[in-house]
Amino acid sequence: MTRHFLGDTAALLGRSLRHISRSPDTIITTAIMPIAFLLLFVYVFGGAIETGSDRYVNYLLPGILLITVVSGISYTAYRLFLDLKGGIFERFQSMPIARSAVLWAHVLTSLVANLISLVVVVLVALAMGFRSGAGVLGWLAVAGIMLLFTLALTWLAVIPGLTATSVDGASAFSYPLILLPFVSSAFVPTDTMPGPVRAFAEHQPVTSIVNTIRALFAGQPVGGDIWTALAWCAGLLVLAYAGAMAVHHRKVG
Amino acid sequence: MSADQSTMSPAHGPAIQVRGLTKSYRELRVLRGVDLDVAPGSILALLGANGAGKTTLVRILATLLKPDGGTAHVHGLDVTTRAARVRESVSLTGQFAAVDEILTGRENLVLVARLRHLRDPGRVADDLLGRFALTEAGGRRVGTYSGGMRRRLDIAMSLIGDPPVVFLDEPTTGLDPQGRLEVWQAVRELARQGTTVLLTTQYLDEAEQLADRIAVLHHGRIIADGTLAELRRLLPPATVEYVEKQPTLEDVFLAIVGDGDGDDGTRTRTDETVDAVAPTARAVEEPR
Repeated sequence: MTRHFLGDTAALLGRSLRHISRSPDTIITTAIMPIAFLLLFVYVFGGAIETGSDRYVNYLLPGILLITVVSGISYTAYRLFLDLKGGIFERFQSMPIARSAVLWAHVLTSLVANLISLVVVVLVALAMGFRSGAGVLGWLAVAGIMLLFTLALTWLAVIPGLTATSVDGASAFSYPLILLPFVSSAFVPTDTMPGPVRAFAEHQPVTSIVNTIRALFAGQPVGGDIWTALAWCAGLLVLAYAGAMAVHHRKVG
Repeated sequence: MSADQSTMSPAHGPAIQVRGLTKSYRELRVLRGVDLDVAPGSILALLGANGAGKTTLVRILATLLKPDGGTAHVHGLDVTTRAARVRESVSLTGQFAAVDEILTGRENLVLVARLRHLRDPGRVADDLLGRFALTEAGGRRVGTYSGGMRRRLDIAMSLIGDPPVVFLDEPTTGLDPQGRLEVWQAVRELARQGTTVLLTTQYLDEAEQLADRIAVLHHGRIIADGTLAELRRLLPPATVEYVEKQPTLEDVFLAIVGDGDGDDGTRTRTDETVDAVAPTARAVEEPR
């Protein structure tokens, strides 16, 4: 079975990518909310926010990138749900293919779709005056962290995709995740938050990831934040992958 | 096609053999000891009301569900212990056409051919498009297809790789009469080429039209199994009555709508009754 894993995944990946290229609106809708936040916070709230950096858009972009991914992965759950509901998932499972190839194809599709959305958001930020002092290595490091983050969240999205009973249920899981950056250092520094909120903000995954990316963009040393960020992403990835595989196994027997 | 099958056939026994199969969903006992044999190259119609357990049985045979008890062999292979091998020998078409609506018909076929690891998926796709009269529609997205075309594509997808055993779960449910006849024609064609077909249906005329043998699943058991003639013998001998033969509404409908407009011009009807009422239909169509 596994000897066909790569070929099967490639065939199914080609299918999902065709879906995306034929309905590019999923990528546009993914990018719209983060871009709206970007505009709102830079041109409305940003003037009143004291971050200590010269351009607020520079401060803001890392958090916006995370929000982009969170809004993008709900489409993975959505597409997976539709496959299950339409019966084509069952068709694939009754064929002599590597069974996890179906899931991997959706996960890889999510990586591609999110990459495109992220590029769109970064281009908008550049047009709004975002500038980075990061070199090639810095950008690669940012890309690597975003890749790990997207991978972890996508496997998380596979779980509701496989278990949801309605389209709304399949994508609703991402709403609380979108709020997480607001209680972090993504929009404002955590110093001014009251004690318990600040404690939460400084110890939840978004802050360490945002701080790391911000430092990389600014060309500054990342400090210990990068290890915290990587540990969060890797931990979430392992848990989400194990959870998704368990659900998948229960589903297909 | 049939040449491939002879090399794949590991045994001379039945293509499908089910013994004492049971399956429950919590307290609901769906299958309560099903016994069934299907001879290679034959069409068996599994009749039953909604909820009789037809789909459950088919899903177990297609390795999508595990039975609680009993055994099931497909093409000589145990469905629980050799599921991966069984999947190489079977193909399932579910109640709802499991096709990808965003892809074109041809892309759907190529995808399945690639997943079955065939050489030259493009040629396989083109052959099947031709066989199922979908060549013209092949380049269009499946979302634009009629119900009958979708189901035909669905069945065409099931035949890729020439699986010796095909399960069709209510292949005509939800189709209009024209679509049904198209599917029937496709099923007959399959059996003619030596494929074993297990088809579930709740339409008695469908079983009568297509099946070599008919099995009736009721309350989780097979309560009758035989050819149509054998099943008829279960009833008291027929009395002969003379009844004037009126065309049924289906005959009339099919005759006056002609070849099914909006479709790609396939003519797969074989029912002689349709032609028999054709003169009447023309009279109806005559402009005043």
